[in-house]
Amino acid sequence: MATETLTLGKALNAGLRRALENDPKVVIMGEDVGKLGGVFRITDGLQKDFGDQRVIDTPLAESGIIGTAVGLAIRGYRPVCEIQFDGFVYPAYDQIVSQVAKMHYRSRGKLNIPIVIRIPFGGGIGAVEHHSESPEAYFAHTAGLKVVSCASPQDAYVMIQQAIASEDPVVFLEPKRRYWEKGPVDLDAPLDGAYPLHSARVARTGTDVTVLAYGPMVRTCLDAATAAAEDGRQLEVIDLRSVSPLDLSSAYESVRRTGRCVVVHEAPGNLGLGAEIAARVTEECFYSLESPVLRVTGFDTPYPAARVEEEYLPDLDRVLDAVDRTFGW
Amino acid sequence: MGDPELVQLLTPEGDRIESAVGPDGTEYRVDFTDEEYRGLYRDLVLVRKLDAEATALQRQGELGLWASLLGQEAAQVGSGRALRTQDMAFPTYREHGVLYCRGIDPIMPLSLFRGVDQGGWDPNEFKFNMYTIVIGAQTLHATGYAMGVNIDGRTGSDDGEAVIAYFGDGATSQGDVNEAFVWAGVFNAPLVFFCQNNQYAISQPLEKQTRIPLYQRAAGFGFPGVRVDGNDVLASYAVTRTALDNARHGQGPSLIEAYTYRMGAHTTSDDPTRYRIASEVESWQAKDPIARMKAFLVKQQLADDTFFAEVDEQARREAVDLRERVLAMPDPEPVSMFDHVYPNGSPLLDQQRAQFSRYMESFEGSAH
Repeated sequence: MATETLTLGKALNAGLRRALENDPKVVIMGEDVGKLGGVFRITDGLQKDFGDQRVIDTPLAESGIIGTAVGLAIRGYRPVCEIQFDGFVYPAYDQIVSQVAKMHYRSRGKLNIPIVIRIPFGGGIGAVEHHSESPEAYFAHTAGLKVVSCASPQDAYVMIQQAIASEDPVVFLEPKRRYWEKGPVDLDAPLDGAYPLHSARVARTGTDVTVLAYGPMVRTCLDAATAAAEDGRQLEVIDLRSVSPLDLSSAYESVRRTGRCVVVHEAPGNLGLGAEIAARVTEECFYSLESPVLRVTGFDTPYPAARVEEEYLPDLDRVLDAVDRTFGW
Repeated sequence: MGDPELVQLLTPEGDRIESAVGPDGTEYRVDFTDEEYRGLYRDLVLVRKLDAEATALQRQGELGLWASLLGQEAAQVGSGRALRTQDMAFPTYREHGVLYCRGIDPIMPLSLFRGVDQGGWDPNEFKFNMYTIVIGAQTLHATGYAMGVNIDGRTGSDDGEAVIAYFGDGATSQGDVNEAFVWAGVFNAPLVFFCQNNQYAISQPLEKQTRIPLYQRAAGFGFPGVRVDGNDVLASYAVTRTALDNARHGQGPSLIEAYTYRMGAHTTSDDPTRYRIASEVESWQAKDPIARMKAFLVKQQLADDTFFAEVDEQARREAVDLRERVLAMPDPEPVSMFDHVYPNGSPLLDQQRAQFSRYMESFEGSAH
């Protein structure tokens, strides 16, 4: 089998399949995940092969999906819940922040809730409202949850398995507009010794500006780096991979070399991940900085109508504009 | 045979009703030995005494809050004793009587309300989950757990497993509870929804939550519902035992509405004189669950004054013991707040714990 070229969506499917094979306690649950294979087909074919008690089509209620997953977890299962779209997670918000996140703590470690909550997130697919949101900050702000996002097919394949194997509850954010992008996937990659789930990784080395991103914006930033290189600027792009906890060790090391840092995410800027990252980079790299840490983010509006989302979303030009501005101090 | 709208096996005057029939024709009866009748009485008295002691401890500043079960002892002891060893319970924050029946040290909820921890017992060891304060959230947990029982193939026989979800009349307005009803029906979950209708959600009376009797809601979700006299420990036991056994045999969920009354305040922070009249409370006082059980034992000559005195003495001793242990309860070490946030830990918390420890150490030797 070894290495195949897969889309990010197919890589997730392969990772879920392997998790179901490796652990009989893994169950997948959500709206339309069974017979249909999910609206994005991420669970395609899994119910056929593993049965409707392990790939469970649920009634249409998000709080019910997460709440029953909590009960299954107490029973010893490892539920992998699909929330159909980012904007539909909010009915489950209490179950996620008050129940999933706190149960291990409240029980002083007697209960583990090893749930994975998969959420296709972010914009860029021309969708109607509530289908393009980036809710990661809500969850990253909640103690007891871990939040990750994959940016490549290889990471999608490995990280979903790592999230399922983890005893921590993990919100797993899937960059829906990257579902169809292809890349090499080592299907035999062992989980033991795999790159850690909560570690950032340098996606492209550079010397002039450090650019931090996760999920769908990693591709955007890599494209920006290619463009910048044509103008003679070398961007170092770091894929944060884990939104909570944040691993900024490679970012600190990088900023100490470059003196400049730009954080990019689709979510609105106000109180977003960029604010936390900027504060920490400033604390750690104060004497190395040549300019303030700049943010390139969605605006603090509701996610707009699809015909203007290209202007709402950070893109290559806005990333380069921020890179330019770091040289203005 | 009595009122099909209310299953009752023991009248407020302490007279036994041989059997009662529920709205779907199910016949309910109990067959206890004399010793078992006395045991139920003992449970009721002990649970009420420990609850009163907790209220007193709160009034003396030893607990931050207490949610008293006063008036609901029969619903809790009856349903709690109906559970078999293998059955799992998901409580609210008022199920001290069920907790007692599950064999958990009654001090456990006091540590929660004292602010020493957030629930100290092992849910899997005692088959009794942690208290849940967000209204109705636990009904979904119970449903998921019951789905797991099904996946495990643990129904369909006498030693099958059943699950019980406790909640109140106010909770029936919550989305989670209604979602739990839908889920349990769709997945044929081995689950008993046990609603203690104590007539009030803090200040709001039942008519603010529903236009129909609560047990009738079950019909709309496709499973049986029954209303039981929640101040009758025998009927509460009979109805719950039947529902649990149906569930463990694969017959799916059902709803029990235990019709009772919250004799005290919602919690020690509440003042019920602002929203209900004394005559209403008095009318329920006449239906007291312990008084009727005592009247029954006396009338049937199942117990004498020596027995009642011995039970009272045991209750007094256990209450004193509870008080002494609460007062001796140490506060947790501040640094322990960082423990158990994540099973696998977190570098951010490691850093904060270290910073906090250094900060605390900086006070060592100072007067502050």
